[in-house]
Amino acid sequence: MNLFCVGLSHHTAGVETLERFGGNADVDYRLRGSGCAEALLLATCNRIEVYGASESRVSTLDIARCLDRKIDDHISPESATFYRYEDAQCVRHLFRVASGIDSMVVGETEILGQAKKAYQASRLSGAVGPHLHRLFQRAFRVAKQVRTHTDITRGAVSVGSVAVDLAQKIFGDLRSCKVLVLGAGETSEKTARALVSRGVADLRVSNRSGERAENLAQLTTARVVPFENWPNECREIDILITSTSSEVPLLSREKLAPTLRQRIDRPLFIIDIAVPRNVDIGVNELEGVYLYDIDSLQSIAEQSLAMRRDQIAAAEEIIAQHVGEFEQSMTRGLSRAKGTAEHTAVEDGSLRASEL
Amino acid sequence: MRFNFFAVGVGFILQTAFLSIRGHELGRCPITNLFEVIIFVAWSVALFYMVVGPAYRLSLMGAFTAPLVALLQLFALIAPIDHSNRAKLPANSWLEFHASMSLVAYGAFALACIAGVMYLVQERQLKTHHLHSVFYHLPPLTDLFAAITRLLWWGFVLYTLGLISGFFVGERLPWAQIICAIGVWVLYALILQGRYLRWFAPRRVAALCIVGFSAALTLLWGITFTAQTHTP
Repeated sequence: MNLFCVGLSHHTAGVETLERFGGNADVDYRLRGSGCAEALLLATCNRIEVYGASESRVSTLDIARCLDRKIDDHISPESATFYRYEDAQCVRHLFRVASGIDSMVVGETEILGQAKKAYQASRLSGAVGPHLHRLFQRAFRVAKQVRTHTDITRGAVSVGSVAVDLAQKIFGDLRSCKVLVLGAGETSEKTARALVSRGVADLRVSNRSGERAENLAQLTTARVVPFENWPNECREIDILITSTSSEVPLLSREKLAPTLRQRIDRPLFIIDIAVPRNVDIGVNELEGVYLYDIDSLQSIAEQSLAMRRDQIAAAEEIIAQHVGEFEQSMTRGLSRAKGTAEHTAVEDGSLRASEL
Repeated sequence: MRFNFFAVGVGFILQTAFLSIRGHELGRCPITNLFEVIIFVAWSVALFYMVVGPAYRLSLMGAFTAPLVALLQLFALIAPIDHSNRAKLPANSWLEFHASMSLVAYGAFALACIAGVMYLVQERQLKTHHLHSVFYHLPPLTDLFAAITRLLWWGFVLYTLGLISGFFVGERLPWAQIICAIGVWVLYALILQGRYLRWFAPRRVAALCIVGFSAALTLLWGITFTAQTHTP
């Protein structure tokens, strides 16, 4: 029995190609009909991969035809550049994918959840047998170990998540934080939503156009503050998000300093995502004020990404060790089990709660 | 994180065992010479870490606390300071209460100083936007400041008890030491007053915790030094 992986990913294919080969509802059936003893489809927005086990070789073209949705005539199974990994290379590839090393954003953890879902779906349809069961269980273990023993998931890599992470490093629990969103743009809405998802309950919105403020307030269950009153809110709030289209700074050191005297024991975190900036850079020099503009947030996101990339070598070491161990265990375990007993165990067994 | 807490916990149990054995041998609180005083202070630091660390999820404080405790113990073990003072110091319950309370207060002040250093490191990184890997391990600013405030209160109350009990020892009062001790008490009272009346921003309070502990350490050194040089 040989293990293989055939697929397309953001490294090798564009969105159109990924869409075309996303597979239909009967993909499991078609894959097994093409000669795969076991098959699992991992389909995300950045990758389409089939993991299979077969007695005799199933060609890449046959797999591609099984995945073909026939929705775009410009691309054909013959022309798409599928990659293929066999045996140890396939094991290594899956371990890298599950650990987030092969992802577009290195270290992202969403892929692990997607792999678990794909495994669960194929297990329920009976497409997963002992080979893929062992392979995926080991992949989940490897991913967990990589996450625990390296810093590959450390640090936020998008502007919104960097802002939320910084807020948590200043205030800890965000549930008691008061947030004012100044300007009802798309980025400030995203950042506000991210903060709400981390527990912020007191959200206020202020905008020159009252209608847009009302719209955003409805979307995020916020309270509207009249635009002329927003400076008074600085006495109470903990986080200020600004994204107005003002050509001149709305907040300067001179304007903010008197307000701060009344709240010297509480930090004020200002996220200025407007271009040009809404907050004068001198405000950051005030005691207890932490001002971040779009450049500094992006710079931190890039630093985090670079830090994650530095961790790839350490993650690869863990993976290499597991690939070796997995090959040995497969040889030992499968010769003992001789198939039948193992099949029963897999069909009856389910993913442990900790793995879902 | 858990390992830090576990390691300091094991060290704390061993310290407690040592102080207990020593106390039984002496028949009094084991703070009769500089060696015992240093071990007692290290024990107090570990004690407050055990109390404050889990309450504020400040496990990383162990990474800062453990080296300080290890350094204090190492110095106590290496330096030739374990001279028997049994004959020189008659048992006096007020003296023992005064000394032990003051030294436990030192433990709280030491940990407030450590939390202050952590606060300044974290604050500096947030202010300059240069986030190093330690940034992701350090606790949030507000949690650190809450821990500093609580430690200052613990230290201040215990130090006040120690200071007051010093007047009931029944021996001739060393006025120079008393003035210095009151000076340290006033310094910590000012830090707390300034914190609640909003004279000082949290960063200033954190820095003053370092200044206060340095002053307290100098006083402790002065007291033990003069006690050793003035004993016949």
